[in-house]
Amino acid sequence: MSTEETAESFENTHVLDPAATADSQETVNREIADIHAAYRASVADGAPEETQPRIDFAPYRSSLLRHPTKSLHHADPETIELWSPAFGERDVHVLESDLTIQHNGEPIGERIVVQGRVLDGDGRPVSGQLIEIWQANAAGRYVHKRDQHPAPIDPNFTGVGRAITGPNGEYRFTTIKPAPYPWKNHHNAWRPAHIHFSLFGTDFTQRMITQMYFPGDPLFPLDPIYQSITDPAARDRLVATYDHSVTSHEWATGYNWDIVLTGSNRTLMETEEEH
Amino acid sequence: MAQAPELKLAPTPGQTIGPFYGYALPFTDGEKLVDRAHPGAIRLHGTVRDGHGAPIPDSLLEIWQADEHGSIAQETGSLIRDGHTFTGWGRTAVDNVGRYSFTTVNPGPTEEGKAPFIMLTVFARGLLNRLFTRIYLPEDTAALANDPLLSSLPPERRSTLVAVREANGDLRFDISLQGPEETVFLSYPRNA
Repeated sequence: MSTEETAESFENTHVLDPAATADSQETVNREIADIHAAYRASVADGAPEETQPRIDFAPYRSSLLRHPTKSLHHADPETIELWSPAFGERDVHVLESDLTIQHNGEPIGERIVVQGRVLDGDGRPVSGQLIEIWQANAAGRYVHKRDQHPAPIDPNFTGVGRAITGPNGEYRFTTIKPAPYPWKNHHNAWRPAHIHFSLFGTDFTQRMITQMYFPGDPLFPLDPIYQSITDPAARDRLVATYDHSVTSHEWATGYNWDIVLTGSNRTLMETEEEH
Repeated sequence: MAQAPELKLAPTPGQTIGPFYGYALPFTDGEKLVDRAHPGAIRLHGTVRDGHGAPIPDSLLEIWQADEHGSIAQETGSLIRDGHTFTGWGRTAVDNVGRYSFTTVNPGPTEEGKAPFIMLTVFARGLLNRLFTRIYLPEDTAALANDPLLSSLPPERRSTLVAVREANGDLRFDISLQGPEETVFLSYPRNA
């Protein structure tokens, strides 16, 4: 979309977060701490470690009315569920993985490279699949009409990239390090800096959208979206690693982040059929 | 299926799609799996609602389905939409009143005697991880009665997975993330 569209007024931005509260950060922290303590106690009692966020996580106010209250129902995957849509070079131009060359000038901010591999839960590389990212700019502003917080739009940065994973599941984006931004979950709420990632596997049941974070962000303990993952080891899996071997001389700092999708059921069935 | 083996690697956690996907993920004609002029074209549409029955205006939906003959496409070009290639996949954001609309075809059964369905994935601001479900076609009542998933559900919940055929041939499928009409959402082996 064009930056002109951001002129559209969204004066009632509060309606975008009808569940937003005037609660303090301390109140939210206490709620998070209580849920995490209950989780640690359940693991100590033998419950399995969690790998995914809770979808019922009250400190994230918008989740209150938007999570199913009934358990997910078990399904044995049928044919269509064992396959994924195919993407390829027809769909994505190689230059779409460089978010710093989409306009006439250089975007403002810290140029970074984010690279890694997409694997499935059995450690197999997911090759030839679509990977999409979007993010705020170096001022913490999204090119989105609903983001109206008073930080500047960068006319040279849209913040959208796409790529097709390589033969070993590898990807590489060149972009600008995003900044934290305020939101309306509670009073003085700020999101840690993050890049949104959208991923496909070999089975559509592996489809996922997530967020990559940067190491050492002081906002981690305060963020109910990040803390909706109750297990600390699982939370760490969303944090990229600074890698000086990816950093390039006088050009960009580098981060590594590997993504593991859930297990494929198709490869499992194919393996069974071979025996 | 036999007991699925454990994953070797711990999966990366999902996170909410957030509020600002609108300039990134939707693409031109993403909701058109076929052109409206296609002889078998139907509209698949409905509304996404929250636990109070209020429409959700910031949700993104994707469907993945077989063609009219039950064949699963492995053609690239979904993001191009050349008007000729059926790729079986579509993506759309709901509108300001929570409504969505795809132009597609009725999927055929992927195996003899199986009840045809469209796979649906739901993302939304406020929803911390994606949800999967199935949109069954209502016509083949014998296949629906024999369907293992539907048979494992009580009747009032089963009906949330079966689309309504409208007089003009369109399919209506409403989605409730919570509440008395809560849609049945699915988990699969090895995707916990």
